[in-house]
Amino acid sequence: MTVTNALWALVAVAGVPLVLGSYLFAVEAVLRRRTARFARRVRPWLWLAPALILLLAFLVYPALSTAVLSFLNANSTHGVGFANYKYIFTDSNMLIVLRNNLVWLVLFTVVTVVLGLLIAVLGDRVRYEGVVKAVIFLPMAISFVAAGVIWKFMYQFQPAGTAQVGTVNAFLSAVSSGFKPQAWLFNKSQNNGALIIVGIWMWVGFAMVILSAGLKGISVSLVEAARIDGAREGQIFFSIILPLLRSTITVVATTLIITVLKIFDVVYVMTNGNLDTDVIANRMYKEMFNYQNFGRASAFAMILLVAIIPVMILNIRRFGKSGV
Amino acid sequence: MKRSAVFVLALIFSSALVFATGSKEGTQSGTTAKVGGSVSVLAVWGGQELDIFNSLVAPFTDATGIKVEYEGTRDLDAVLTTRVAAGNPPDLAALPGPGKMAEFAHQGKMIDLSAVLDMAQMKQNYAPSWLDLGSVDGKLVGVFTKASLKGLIWYNPKSLSAAGIKIPTTWDQLMSVDQSVAAKGVTPWAVGVESGAASGWTGTDWLENIFLKMYGPAKYKDWYEGRLAWTSPEVKAAWQAWGKIVADQAMVYGGSQYELSTNFGAAFTPLFQSPAQAYFHFQATFIQSFIQKQYPDLKPVDDFNFFGFPAIDPKYAKAVEIAGDLFGMFKNTPQSSAFMKYITTAQAQDFWVKPADGISPNRAVPLTDYPDPLSKNAAQILTSADIAVFDASDMMPSKMNNAFWSAIMSYLANPGQLDGILADLDKVRADAYSGS
Repeated sequence: MTVTNALWALVAVAGVPLVLGSYLFAVEAVLRRRTARFARRVRPWLWLAPALILLLAFLVYPALSTAVLSFLNANSTHGVGFANYKYIFTDSNMLIVLRNNLVWLVLFTVVTVVLGLLIAVLGDRVRYEGVVKAVIFLPMAISFVAAGVIWKFMYQFQPAGTAQVGTVNAFLSAVSSGFKPQAWLFNKSQNNGALIIVGIWMWVGFAMVILSAGLKGISVSLVEAARIDGAREGQIFFSIILPLLRSTITVVATTLIITVLKIFDVVYVMTNGNLDTDVIANRMYKEMFNYQNFGRASAFAMILLVAIIPVMILNIRRFGKSGV
Repeated sequence: MKRSAVFVLALIFSSALVFATGSKEGTQSGTTAKVGGSVSVLAVWGGQELDIFNSLVAPFTDATGIKVEYEGTRDLDAVLTTRVAAGNPPDLAALPGPGKMAEFAHQGKMIDLSAVLDMAQMKQNYAPSWLDLGSVDGKLVGVFTKASLKGLIWYNPKSLSAAGIKIPTTWDQLMSVDQSVAAKGVTPWAVGVESGAASGWTGTDWLENIFLKMYGPAKYKDWYEGRLAWTSPEVKAAWQAWGKIVADQAMVYGGSQYELSTNFGAAFTPLFQSPAQAYFHFQATFIQSFIQKQYPDLKPVDDFNFFGFPAIDPKYAKAVEIAGDLFGMFKNTPQSSAFMKYITTAQAQDFWVKPADGISPNRAVPLTDYPDPLSKNAAQILTSADIAVFDASDMMPSKMNNAFWSAIMSYLANPGQLDGILADLDKVRADAYSGS
């Protein structure tokens, strides 16, 4: 059994470049027999053809298909018009799902950027900056599912007066004497915040690293000149550093927004969307795989797509303008 | 010319490899009894339940040479549904209930087991109700291999006698016992409903028992078949009765926070602390193996025991709720039919019976195989009950079942919202029973 697996691996690793290489070779061989002008016009399309075909098959067609499915019923037998969308925007449970995504969007993005910026700026002034950055970047190495499992243990609850097994409750009980242990994931007022903290914990490293790089790109002489002119640290930060970092912050923010709109693993692993923590991606998963309601699942997918498009456009424009 | 030849050869070679098909291990030559090969099984079991299953598989593999490739997931519903829909089902799956099985059977995905099993033997070993529950449109598609009795209230006899508590036989007696315990400042109940993607199912068992004891099997069937609205006075009354216990912070250990965050397999621990932090724990028979794993020194009957759910309406005092794991077959191969035959035998089911992880519906399993008087008692109740109904939530379509689980969580977090929760359940009911 393992021999066949090894053989497949070999085929995949060696076969793909081999097939592509031979295709390009064949294309060139054909183009050599035509006029240079024809070859110049047709060549880009022929070279791009494999990638375009794959994109069409795996990106464009599914997107169009999903769009069509979102207007059909649960098992895609007949059309229902906008019924799926109407359900999503009027049902009270669905509105909570949309609200949660909004909360994630705002809190996650803002706090991660602010924290990342703070650590980047403060780290810049310390000698042990490398250690700090390494430690804070570490959570990026694990998956959201692993983070979910870790934090699920950390948020564990035992009644007041008994030994606390969850890190958060244990720490807070040790630090403040009047503290009552909380079931963080199961209190409607706390659980969304608790989940967002996990997300922030994971992505602060990313924000910090990119912002730190941007920070280091600001010439020292600029800041020094400002200091000589008598500017206070606060003024320097808000009037000089921040404006210069604007494009970096935009890049970080857009990446974070794209990530947070898709948030699924943390919610699925920790609460499975119970008690008002559900998010669009988790709901889409349930509708698709548990309830087999393809129409509604597709509608959710379309909403995510539409929500992401403006962010994508912004991102691409940024990349086009300056080579960030 | 040479370069292009090399490229062309490479192209042909790689395409040939791409189209080469792998094959499953074929039959071994040798003794006719050893078939070899493998069979894939999908179920929810993990941890200790998985250890038991592995020990069940060992003699089968020794005898036939067939490897059992087990895959476990708590989100069985989603994984199995997806794989079946994708045309990549496991050979066998331990389904959580007849509801899901019926969905698959109506899609034509399940194999008719009368072609695989010796039906005469099956009719001899299994009571007709078990075979009926596993049949859809007259065809047997699921076999019960492990059953449990639900609606039992577990207690610590030593702490009960120390506190001078008598076993209640009616609901009113139970309420007054609860009140007297709470008056002394101890929470009478330990409840935990967390269970990963299926969190809330313990609560559904509670509600089903209360409903059954209040309204009897006919209304119970109406309820799980979707004919009785969730907002109806009957269903609401059942929730409110349940709420008298679980929604009262003085009644449950650790309050609603503990209920929501504690895994079902660990919720009984307050019963066995000294001094006792709680006295009663509602759970099915299988919790016995969990208790024994956590507290290996405790003796059944002396240190832990159960009594049946108290009567509410005396007409239905003897009604019991049962549940069980059914095995269903999605692909008929020599290996999967061999395993299916094995798992229906008393010899295989003994592996669940001996550590008290389940009751066997197979009549060929002698009562003496049950390791202690407790499980013997449970087996006897199960096989001799006159009104036995199946776990209602397992009979519901999975969308309704999932919504039921979530509703339990929402109710425990906010009992005051019962009307809203029931209205939401009715919305799902309209959707779920319309037949997709």
